[in-house]
Amino acid sequence: MPGKEETKHIASLARLGLSEEETAKIQKELSKILDYFKLIQEVDVSGIKPTYYPLAVKNVLREDRDKVFSSDPELNKKLIEAFPEKEERRLKVKAIL
Amino acid sequence: MDFFNFTIRQIHNLLKNKEISAKEITKAYLEKIEKTDNNISAFLDLFQESALKQAEAVDKDISSGREIGLLEGIPYAVKDNILVKDFKCSAASKILENYIASYDATVIEKLNKEKAVVLGKTNLDEFAMGSSTEHSAFKTTKNPNDLSRVPGGSSGGSAAAVAAKEAVFALGSDTGGSIRQPASFCGVVGLKPTYGSVSRFGLIAFASSLDQIGPIAKNVEDCKIVFETIKGKDEKDATSVDYDFFQRKEEGLFDPSKVKVGVPKEYFGQGIDLQVRQAIEKAIKRLEGNKVKIEEISLPHSKYALAAYYLISTSEASANLARYDGIRYGKRFSGNSDFPENKELLDIYLKTRETGFGSEVKRRIMLGTYSLSAGYYQAYYLKAQKVRTLIKNEFEETFKKFDFIITPTSPYTAFKIGEKINDPLKMYLSDIYTVPVNLAGMPALSLPCGMAGNLPIGLQIISEAFSEDKLFKMAEFMEKEIV
Repeated sequence: MPGKEETKHIASLARLGLSEEETAKIQKELSKILDYFKLIQEVDVSGIKPTYYPLAVKNVLREDRDKVFSSDPELNKKLIEAFPEKEERRLKVKAIL
Repeated sequence: MDFFNFTIRQIHNLLKNKEISAKEITKAYLEKIEKTDNNISAFLDLFQESALKQAEAVDKDISSGREIGLLEGIPYAVKDNILVKDFKCSAASKILENYIASYDATVIEKLNKEKAVVLGKTNLDEFAMGSSTEHSAFKTTKNPNDLSRVPGGSSGGSAAAVAAKEAVFALGSDTGGSIRQPASFCGVVGLKPTYGSVSRFGLIAFASSLDQIGPIAKNVEDCKIVFETIKGKDEKDATSVDYDFFQRKEEGLFDPSKVKVGVPKEYFGQGIDLQVRQAIEKAIKRLEGNKVKIEEISLPHSKYALAAYYLISTSEASANLARYDGIRYGKRFSGNSDFPENKELLDIYLKTRETGFGSEVKRRIMLGTYSLSAGYYQAYYLKAQKVRTLIKNEFEETFKKFDFIITPTSPYTAFKIGEKINDPLKMYLSDIYTVPVNLAGMPALSLPCGMAGNLPIGLQIISEAFSEDKLFKMAEFMEKEIV
């Protein structure tokens, strides 16, 4: 079951900030839950294929041809309004370079 | 007039015969919510103005003499993980606290076309992760039958709103029992439709191979009316399927003597409340008395369903929730002057997700990331998907011989607020009878089946994929003759 360092590693993979206190709590809880999940290890699945979806799904592709995308100014306005931080109509983020 | 106990068809008749106006009905429901929801806390948001406007439009239609549809002017509630254009949609999470939907979910579009009236948004466990609504970031909904108890979850607000007569019907979503278990706890009818039968476009995704939108209502007929309206293929949801559910007219009248029901012994084992067990057994006896053929069956892989479900659903959730990073929409808990300590882009992600997500969501993201990570993928995620195949096969074999499977919806009635909140695994075990259905994709309906004291008991009817027509016939028969 995950130790403290591994718990921190999982959190970093998930881009999830956790306080020390939370890390300790989650580590304990994960151990208990994963211990229960071990139950499935006893199932013999040799020769069994995984089921990723309950029904056969196919990728839906649009016909490959020119398409003129019309811009919807009302929608654009709403999407820009939803930005957590902006300058005029531009989305603001921390410098990445 | 006390129309709060009325079904969709009964209200429709009132409207059609001009005994009451749509505006009067909507107004009465809004007033009722104002009065009772202080105690119940089913709603997160009310749409007073737009609801009255929608109702007025219906009244105009009626006075112009145009014939109105069944759902026209019927007030309903929507779980707050389904998008209604221009209104807040929070999924009961701080991270989406101020998020305003820029489009309608397909189910809402369809109900708008029928001119049903949206009263507002109902409470849920954050991102639909939970079995009690206690994991909402904003409030805990109370069970209308006993205010010291939970309404179930995650669609607890929707089920409580219908049970408290604060809406004629409500929409919920069911990933592992989130429609059926609260319906069972609150004493109303809830349907989880076949996977792929209802478009999820505009539903905030939790676990995409399991999520399904469905109705919660007072009776089976209302569920059926709503389902018929919201079902169907949608080009915006690649998993939605075109299928005419109500084609099989040749079946004619429902003949119970031709029905075969399997009762899996695994659903009556350890942990089931005695009164729940007795109520379901009594209903099964009555079915036998009505010439339904009953047989005890075994679904031996049932005991692995809960573990497989939580491995798969948390894995999918960890991927689906990666989009909440504080960049394009939702709340950003970093990067601005309130958080001068955060220097880099990564700090925005970490801090936003740390502050924006509640404890259960974090737990599930961690579980999912763990089972998808290198070294554990084979043993956990992939293994769970293989176990899922075995569970699905088991159901499919059963439906070659039986029309329905009947089980309790939940091993117990509504539990006390606070009873399971500190023990995540105990909370997960609430879903033990509902998750197998989601893994296999079949439809299932929870029907009220007696009381244990003042607390409702729910009976679950499962049928094969894309057989909602049959399921409704059976449920209507049982509603009338059995429970």
